[in-house]
Amino acid sequence: MTVVHVPSPLHSYTNDRGEVEAEGATLQAILEDLDRRYPGFRFRVVDEQGRIRPTLLFYVNGQVTRTLAQAVAQADEVHIIAALSGG
Amino acid sequence: MKSRPVTIYVGTRKGAFVYRGNAARTKWTVEGPHFLGQVINHIVPDPRDPNVILAAAKPGHLGPSLFRSLDGGRTWTEASKPPAFPAGHEDSVKQVFCLSPGLPARSGEWWAGTAPHGIFRSTDRGNTWESVKGFNEHPLRPKWRGDREQGPPDDPNTHSLVLDPRDANHLYAGFSSGGVFESTDGGADWKPLNKGVAADFLPVKNPEYGHDPHCVKIHPLMPDRLYQQNHCGIYRIDRPDDTWKRIGRSMPKEIGDIGFPIVLHPHDPDTAWVFPMDGTSVWPRTSPGGKPAVYVTRNAGKSWTRQDKGLPRSQAWLTVKRQAFAADAGTPVGLYFGTTSGELWASRNEGARWECIASHLPHVCSIETRASG
Repeated sequence: MTVVHVPSPLHSYTNDRGEVEAEGATLQAILEDLDRRYPGFRFRVVDEQGRIRPTLLFYVNGQVTRTLAQAVAQADEVHIIAALSGG
Repeated sequence: MKSRPVTIYVGTRKGAFVYRGNAARTKWTVEGPHFLGQVINHIVPDPRDPNVILAAAKPGHLGPSLFRSLDGGRTWTEASKPPAFPAGHEDSVKQVFCLSPGLPARSGEWWAGTAPHGIFRSTDRGNTWESVKGFNEHPLRPKWRGDREQGPPDDPNTHSLVLDPRDANHLYAGFSSGGVFESTDGGADWKPLNKGVAADFLPVKNPEYGHDPHCVKIHPLMPDRLYQQNHCGIYRIDRPDDTWKRIGRSMPKEIGDIGFPIVLHPHDPDTAWVFPMDGTSVWPRTSPGGKPAVYVTRNAGKSWTRQDKGLPRSQAWLTVKRQAFAADAGTPVGLYFGTTSGELWASRNEGARWECIASHLPHVCSIETRASG
């Protein structure tokens, strides 16, 4: 299982948990697993064309990635970061 | 004089608020905020079922969504399939902007308009939404929607979905930076309906589409009559005529006929209200001269009367957005508008006098009303 750190705007989906676990060999698979566990989660972070929402960033082991095809190992850590924005 | 208690549903950039008034509309209590921190573009009670309310929501960071209450607003659940374009489409939904309940004969039907331009339909009281292929995949849609980089700051949107109460297959849709379009087959095909409307910001004369309606309304008792407040004036059309008439020409010249919302009298097709804004030079989009006023026509646009009693006399630079002005069904009709500076103004006598019933709210996006009791 991969650890996924979830920003506060998504806590309403994860039962207020900021850290959850998911299975999958890619970010895409991780998000599909998260959507099974927390229905509605994926659409809030990825649009219907499979694009990461513009105000979110994904990190795998501290390295930013912009593709959902990014490979993920079980020991990896994924961070989803909500961009800092004003007003 | 008779009225029932009125509930006002206020969508703001930071959540939704519900104001409940007594029958005299002199006392108000507030509930909320619901969805604190989320942009609520539109929160709409179902006129067919007092328990159903839908809310179009967008948190700052996350994708757009839609929430529904089946118990009068006590609890909310997210739509299990929110509006989304089909995979492979050139666009993705950025915001659900407007919601329209279907006709009484179709109890579960709702329509949603999005930014960028898109139309979606639900038949299960807003739980699941299907893309209206006849518009969203129309071969001319890329031309209708215009340049992706152009349009209003908050994205070109679908702001008006107007149903003909006589025929569930007859719809009109209003798009910013797009125009008014009509379907006579339940949304399977659409045609522009913009003849007579100015589009003086475009390089071509009398274009078929590309206009900028701000708000389109149909009169429920005279459904051949539509009004629109446009970027380029106030218009009326009486079908089957296919040409809009610019009824804003009879507004005072120093005020002009630019604004965002237009509100119709529920019982009188000749009466409509607008909230003029300054559309000169760089388009301040505020009350002309800092002196806010509503204007009413009682004769379908032949003449207009200023209604500013109770409103600030000067230095009040109010902006009222296209969905932020509404009427109730009382006698006399109650009117309500919300400002981007977070004030909620009400009149219980058809605009003859105004009072501020709430202040310090977030930027108001929309107002809807429902009679209760």
